[in-house]
Amino acid sequence: MSKIALTVDDSKTIREMVSFTLKNEGFEVIEAEDGQHAISVLGGREVNLIITDLNMPNMDGLELIRNLRSNPSYKFTPILMLTTEGDATKKQQGKDAGATGWIVKPFNPEKLIQVVNKVAA
Amino acid sequence: MDELQRFKDTYITECFELLEDMEEKLLNLDQGSPDNEDLNAIFRCAHSIKGGSGAFGFDRITAFTHILEELLDAMREGELSPTREVTDALLQSVDIVRQMVVAAQSGQEATEGIEDSVANQLKQVVGGDSESASPKEEIVEEESDEISIFSIDFRPKEGLLISGNEPTLIINELKTLGILECVVDIEKLPTISKLNPEKCYLDWFFTLETEKTIDDVKEVFEFVEDECHLDIEKIAGFAKMVPTAEKAESNEEKIQEAEDKSSDDSKVQAPNTNVVEPLKAVDDTAKVPVVTSIRVDIDKVDRLVNMVGELVITQAMIAAQSSDISFEEHPRLVQGINTLSQHTRELQEAVMAVRMQPVKSVFSRMPRMVRDLSTQLKKDIRLEMSGEATELDRTVIEQLSDPLTHMIRNSVDHGIDTPENREASGKPAQGVIKLSAEHAGGKILLKISDDGRGVDRERVLQKAKDKGLVASDAELSNHEIDNLIFMPGFSTAEVVSNISGRGVGMDVVKRNIEALGGTINIINKPGEGSTFLVNLPLTLAILDGMIVRVGREKYIIPIGSIIETLRPKNDEVRKIADANDLINVRGDFVSILYLHKVFSIQGAEKNPSKALVVLVESGMDKFGLVVDELIGQQQVVIKSLEENSDAVPGISAATILGDGKVALILDISKLQELMGSVENEKHESVA
Repeated sequence: MSKIALTVDDSKTIREMVSFTLKNEGFEVIEAEDGQHAISVLGGREVNLIITDLNMPNMDGLELIRNLRSNPSYKFTPILMLTTEGDATKKQQGKDAGATGWIVKPFNPEKLIQVVNKVAA
Repeated sequence: MDELQRFKDTYITECFELLEDMEEKLLNLDQGSPDNEDLNAIFRCAHSIKGGSGAFGFDRITAFTHILEELLDAMREGELSPTREVTDALLQSVDIVRQMVVAAQSGQEATEGIEDSVANQLKQVVGGDSESASPKEEIVEEESDEISIFSIDFRPKEGLLISGNEPTLIINELKTLGILECVVDIEKLPTISKLNPEKCYLDWFFTLETEKTIDDVKEVFEFVEDECHLDIEKIAGFAKMVPTAEKAESNEEKIQEAEDKSSDDSKVQAPNTNVVEPLKAVDDTAKVPVVTSIRVDIDKVDRLVNMVGELVITQAMIAAQSSDISFEEHPRLVQGINTLSQHTRELQEAVMAVRMQPVKSVFSRMPRMVRDLSTQLKKDIRLEMSGEATELDRTVIEQLSDPLTHMIRNSVDHGIDTPENREASGKPAQGVIKLSAEHAGGKILLKISDDGRGVDRERVLQKAKDKGLVASDAELSNHEIDNLIFMPGFSTAEVVSNISGRGVGMDVVKRNIEALGGTINIINKPGEGSTFLVNLPLTLAILDGMIVRVGREKYIIPIGSIIETLRPKNDEVRKIADANDLINVRGDFVSILYLHKVFSIQGAEKNPSKALVVLVESGMDKFGLVVDELIGQQQVVIKSLEENSDAVPGISAATILGDGKVALILDISKLQELMGSVENEKHESVA
């Protein structure tokens, strides 16, 4: 059974890169453009990993994380957020919201795989 | 690196979209009370551009957008207001980033220093202390030249699992760093009845022998450092050459033990999770939802459109060939042919719809232009747009940009006056240009109107006379005068400014529009403003045409140009020497053109009262085309002639009819010019 990952980002470039990298790692990947879209494409189904951007229209990453964590299906789902270099406040806000970890931009496939292995091997 | 290139293309396309978006939002920004959602959106644009730039090593884009991002962040936090100066600087930045992206697209660097002055200005606005983008802090994985042994005391808090972290995975990662030895403390583990599977009860104590540094080890625990008690201590270090085989071996054994233990321990939790929350049947076959849109190369769509065009022709051919097959004899075949024709039409519509785009992509360039021009000309102009969502074929959209830009420029430059002059003539200081698009009867109607001066008829007429475009004693109706501006060689700009005076006049606009199969008209109210009405077909690929016969040739007249068809009585035809004949249509005299003369066809009916006259209109003028017979109305697929031959006067394109024969599509506006030239030549020869 292949593992399912969800990538949430308003930038198509990032979504494509995350998606490509994860597919190479054997994940099946769902894409969503923002928090609201993420919740609707998930539709309550369990996934093995969620990678989300923070700055997004409609529903931002923090709200998405809070929203997911309040749902029993995603209580323990590893959620990684994409942040810009060394933004400590954002990291903390993300952790408080329930994020599992973070990946620092700029995006780099090796780094992504390394972090993914840490939370969803 | 094929993959990287693909992502780069996506990134570049996305950048252009984001920049356009950013520009539009900046232009609409209310300086007094900016909308927070707009500021957020603008910020996100800069943020996304920066986000991707790093991945491709576009460092200058990263550095520059970083400054933008900081400024926009301050703005959305309300620390900074979007004054005109700041907005202007941001708009300039959009242009600069666009240049950088364009350069990046072709694998080049943008011109050195184009961003410097704006960057400095923005930095000053932000508060001067912002450094240019701190270069990505790459985690330097420099291996130390010695082997260290660390003791790691890892005591997770009970809630560690809630954040989605998993100790087993952390331990796995630790194992990748070197040789790991592990002791588990199960002291806190309650009896099974009291065990809460959502909590973490185990503590670990590791010894790690590794070439990595203490920072590398800490990084393993990066995500959980707040959720555990963690003590990492270096207890020993060796020179790299020292480790002996014997030592490694003994450790190997230990790690094996430790691994067994740790995996046993992690199993303690797993089954329990299942007890409380029975494994939800994860349906393997559950479909992952697909994204609802995809990006397709435009060439592929064009190819599809062409193929469907061929299919439509083939279908028409089959229909024509099979028209005499009787239903009684071959019911299935006839039925099948009917269904085929229906499906072909639906397929064609569906494929055409793929190529439809909202006009927004053209409209959206206009606000910026109006803003820049009006600043330059010290005018105060508001651009109001509506109907941006109206869709038409992208081939039309692409070619719409130039004429539209020109008309708007004209309105800004000539139409709308300076605020002082406007107030003097009792108008509000701020001029308004309206741009709208709407569907009207299978066509699209664009309106470009301004509340400016309108066209000064006296001046236009004088100028046309001066230039010899009309006879000096000619009496022209208002309507005719207004249409003079579309004549080649006429340009209303008295002084060639760097705005309208680009060597393009309204005649070029008219030609462009007509090349698209459209028409352009002006409604002029001197003193109150003018309105240009542009009618365009929705697509350039198919045409509703009337097939007519002249002699043994068939021609297509675009249905949109046809007003009516009639057979004049003998006494309604006036032969005029040295000019086109006229026919009397309910009291109006209309010139007629004999198609058999234009195209030199033998054996056609020469007497209009025995043939048919198709009344057509071009612009605001109408005239008649004499043909032998109307064959029928049909949708035809337009095949460009220019790929295979030179342009033919009076012919816009060709099509293939159901019987496999080629028919030429008439170019009504060119025919009208042709008629004019015949007329003029004759006038001249008389004079």
